[in-house]
Amino acid sequence: MNAEILVQALRDPASTESLDGEGWTALLAIARAEQLIGTLAHRVAGLPKPAAAARILEDARTAAEQGRAAALWEAEMARRALADSGMPVVLLKGTAYVAAGLSAGVGRAIGDLDILVPRPRIEEAEALLLAAGWEWVKPDPYDDAYYRRWMHELPPLIHRDRDRMIDVHHTILPLTARITPYPAQMMEQSVELENGLRILCPQHMIVHAAAHLLADGDLAGGMRNLWDIDQLCREFADQDEHFYLSVAEEGWYHGLQSAVMQALRLSHQLYGTPLQEYSSPIRVDFTPQRSDPLYRRRLLARDGWGRQSHKLTRFAFFVRSHWIRMPPAMLARHLWTKWRKGHTP
Amino acid sequence: MRHVTGLRIGPIGFRIGCDWRAPIAALDDLYAEYPKPQDDIPDFNVHLFAARPWRLLLRPSVHIGGDFVIPDAAPLPLAQGLLAAEMGMNLQMALGQRRYLLLHASAVERDGKALLMTGASGAGKSTLAALLMAQGWRLMGDEFALLDPATGLIHGFPRLISLKNEAVGVLEQALPKARFGPRLEGTPKGLIRHLVPDARAIAAMDAPARPALILFPNFGFESAEREVMPSETFVRLTQASTNYVTLAEPGFEGLTTLVRTVPARALDYPDTKTALAQVERLWGNL
Repeated sequence: MNAEILVQALRDPASTESLDGEGWTALLAIARAEQLIGTLAHRVAGLPKPAAAARILEDARTAAEQGRAAALWEAEMARRALADSGMPVVLLKGTAYVAAGLSAGVGRAIGDLDILVPRPRIEEAEALLLAAGWEWVKPDPYDDAYYRRWMHELPPLIHRDRDRMIDVHHTILPLTARITPYPAQMMEQSVELENGLRILCPQHMIVHAAAHLLADGDLAGGMRNLWDIDQLCREFADQDEHFYLSVAEEGWYHGLQSAVMQALRLSHQLYGTPLQEYSSPIRVDFTPQRSDPLYRRRLLARDGWGRQSHKLTRFAFFVRSHWIRMPPAMLARHLWTKWRKGHTP
Repeated sequence: MRHVTGLRIGPIGFRIGCDWRAPIAALDDLYAEYPKPQDDIPDFNVHLFAARPWRLLLRPSVHIGGDFVIPDAAPLPLAQGLLAAEMGMNLQMALGQRRYLLLHASAVERDGKALLMTGASGAGKSTLAALLMAQGWRLMGDEFALLDPATGLIHGFPRLISLKNEAVGVLEQALPKARFGPRLEGTPKGLIRHLVPDARAIAAMDAPARPALILFPNFGFESAEREVMPSETFVRLTQASTNYVTLAEPGFEGLTTLVRTVPARALDYPDTKTALAQVERLWGNL
């Protein structure tokens, strides 16, 4: 058993009609663990299903709807806090999808509010947010200093009344990573929404989602991330004939071509995302690579209880996530500090 | 998970998986009269597991996991595996329940009407609920009362009654023929012994009831009663609810309707005998 059952249900919702009690139980547990249960609820809406499953999915649908309202409200709160400064504020990930009414946002679970602001104005943004009631959550001075010096975002802030977290980014990858994208250009090409908040342009949404999935982190939450990519691609490719060409170009420009191409390949292999290849002006092909099955194995590592499986594969990706984030000497120092503080992966 | 069982308590189905046999055997024994989850699809999963393989045998300690977890919930010794299972089920409810507003309260029913009793740990709500059950009330639950915001009805959640410390002896005496679980000594809350709700409570667990009276019992004081205004009841119940905030608007609507339509009393009592007389009298005056 792995998360293939969830992939199947999302790709072809009608396939759930053949599930028995055990199948539904596994599907719901895995969907919950991957934070895709709200998405699943929308996909299988209107199809015949056992009463118990219908009830659970209805709850998930309601929860996602409340989550959507809360996410938009949190974005509005951040907008008000930063409005007087006049700095551009770009919504990222889930909040951006629901704010723009994209299909990737339908039923999506949204945790923190992620925003991107210009790097030179990051301190100003922090001061304004602190004045509006957000507080630091990292009590450890090492973590705090680490974030400020090396990360692509401020140490996370949490609002004292609403208990919601905000991640304020100034670029999309840690400063220690070997790849250094150009956030200023992303900012410049961002799109303004009616309320003055901004979202990334379609190409950069894919580049950012791919960077987040493959160039940063250990692929935890990857099934949801790839679902975002699948839905965004389907929607944008409908509006722009050469969407995949421009995505590949932007990926190349930001040094993220391999992450972008791999994200698109995996999205196609998992969810059947329709892709288009090019031979000119640049070569864009989606031939499966030797490493793809290993990534799929990591992405689908769940048992019928929704628990993580494939311990060794996961550990390998955990190591990888640190390796690509930092130069070796720095990594050694970081792991040594963390280990002394009692952190285990 | 090597050992698995499924059961339904009121409207909520659970699947509990465990690395050891004993906790599942204890659940199967004590919950023998309970049905399986509807359609074989549980609402929540509970995992009871060893954090490291050698901890299966060597100083075995039971970690509690599930669909919803608190990251640093402390493990329990294997001898308290049944308690771990109960805590796991409560945790899934407290963190994951979206359909009903959860009130940390015991509930009993008579003539189709429900009496809710809520208060801090040690106020006596489990003990009073169990004693009322012994006197012929139908037990709806001793931990969570499930308020359906759409209908205003209370749904039962009659899991095992968790008796603590002195309450164990009191109930062993009051209900000599009842079924009890093993005595669990030295738990984080002292001595715990589970009491199986009577056959009537289990048979009627799917029947909801309209709430008729809310009590805030308080053990260890001179006998006294005081009317509690809807505004105070509202605040006290928001604090007694684990999912009031997550339910958002429906939770607010459900709770305001409840406190506007149902009378509430604070009830101080020196001993359980006095308390039961007070409850019967207040109920009679409704």
